[in-house]
Amino acid sequence: MSEKEQNNFKTDVIIIGAGPVGLFAVFELGLLDMKAHLIDILDRPGGQCAELYPEKPIYDIPGFPVITGQELTDNLMAQIEPFSPTFHLNQMATELKKLDNGNWEIKTDDDVTIEAPVVVIAAGGGSFMPKKPNIPNLEEYEGKSVFYAVRRMEQFEGKNILIAGGGDSALDWTLNLQPKASKMALMHRRDDFRAAPDSVSKMRTLVAENKMELHIANITELHGADGQLEAVTVTPKGEEPYKIECDTLLAFYGLTMKLGPIADFGLNLHENLIPVDTEKFETSTQGIFSIGDINTYPGKLKLILSGFHESALMSQEAFRIVYPDKKLRFQYTTSSTNLQEKLGVNEKAA
Amino acid sequence: MKIFVTDPEGKEHALEALEGWRVMEIIKDYGLPLKAECGGACCCATCHVYVHEDWVDKLYEMRDDEEDMLDEAIDVKDNSRLSCQILMSEELDGLKVTIALGTEI
Repeated sequence: MSEKEQNNFKTDVIIIGAGPVGLFAVFELGLLDMKAHLIDILDRPGGQCAELYPEKPIYDIPGFPVITGQELTDNLMAQIEPFSPTFHLNQMATELKKLDNGNWEIKTDDDVTIEAPVVVIAAGGGSFMPKKPNIPNLEEYEGKSVFYAVRRMEQFEGKNILIAGGGDSALDWTLNLQPKASKMALMHRRDDFRAAPDSVSKMRTLVAENKMELHIANITELHGADGQLEAVTVTPKGEEPYKIECDTLLAFYGLTMKLGPIADFGLNLHENLIPVDTEKFETSTQGIFSIGDINTYPGKLKLILSGFHESALMSQEAFRIVYPDKKLRFQYTTSSTNLQEKLGVNEKAA
Repeated sequence: MKIFVTDPEGKEHALEALEGWRVMEIIKDYGLPLKAECGGACCCATCHVYVHEDWVDKLYEMRDDEEDMLDEAIDVKDNSRLSCQILMSEELDGLKVTIALGTEI
């Protein structure tokens, strides 16, 4: 068992969501001497830009006639590097609590606790969570014999596994778990896979060697008792349904965004968005801010550039909370030696 | 130009359509419940619709990336399309689609 070195942290600002807007907030906060910790459910920074459209060109980032989601993420990571933010990836912020000393405490589903006077919710469309197939009684089996991710491979040792999906996750886990499973079957809606061609050909070899089965069909029914799957009924296109015996179903239909535990943080919500003022981008709760796609206000446009603007204004108010006794001076990075020192670009200082 | 969109509750809405707009954009513009979370980049399958049988053959054929992306949609049928990949034109005046379950907000 590897134990994490540290589970409790204290910082100036906690940012929920490491998408482009959360990342740029690190920069704006950093210029004003505030340190940030970021929490994201994905395994890497970039949010939607990295998860949904890393290769797609974006045309409305000021100063970049065209830039891909991944390039924008990489540039933002380079831009905030001088402020060395701390990332808590692969985890979801699950609890927000006010402490007796006036600070906020955020807990994650990976048992990390962070304390700070300011929390910024930059969660975009919410947390990326697995898409679920539309099958009756699915919930009954979830977490017991139906899964949407593999956390520990050993869990599936000796199981009779059916994997559903046609992308890289489905194919990778088919190949990785096939040697461990007592029986392995892959099911996809068509005999064409968007996963890496190499994985697809390895899978087809296993099928040809009778080491696994391939079914071109859709799942229509689950059979079992007390959450333990015994078989599924699948229906091939235009043909009669049939049963496949299996004790484990792994479904990989991609991810979709859901608001998740933020809904229970006690903030005012309007149609799953967080209303804020347009001066400080603060929520109904003092010290809790919201920027980017997840907030709403009259005239709101869900654009990355709006989120950048919001992060700059939010940082001004965050400063007043983090440093109540300091005077806030507005400075430009072009002229302020003080800011240039922070960015590590002032030669005299170096 | 008009399109007719049936929402997940079964109610049909007549929407004014504009040439060159994506059907997804028109549906979102009217505030009907469609996630379309990647914003039309053919990257998420959350703008999945079923096209009325009278119209299936009148649409441009699917490109490979749309067919690939439909793998991540739920309950895909022969008349499934991603509405961000249907561009409005005169020929599609009167198009009928139904928002698929699982793509509503």
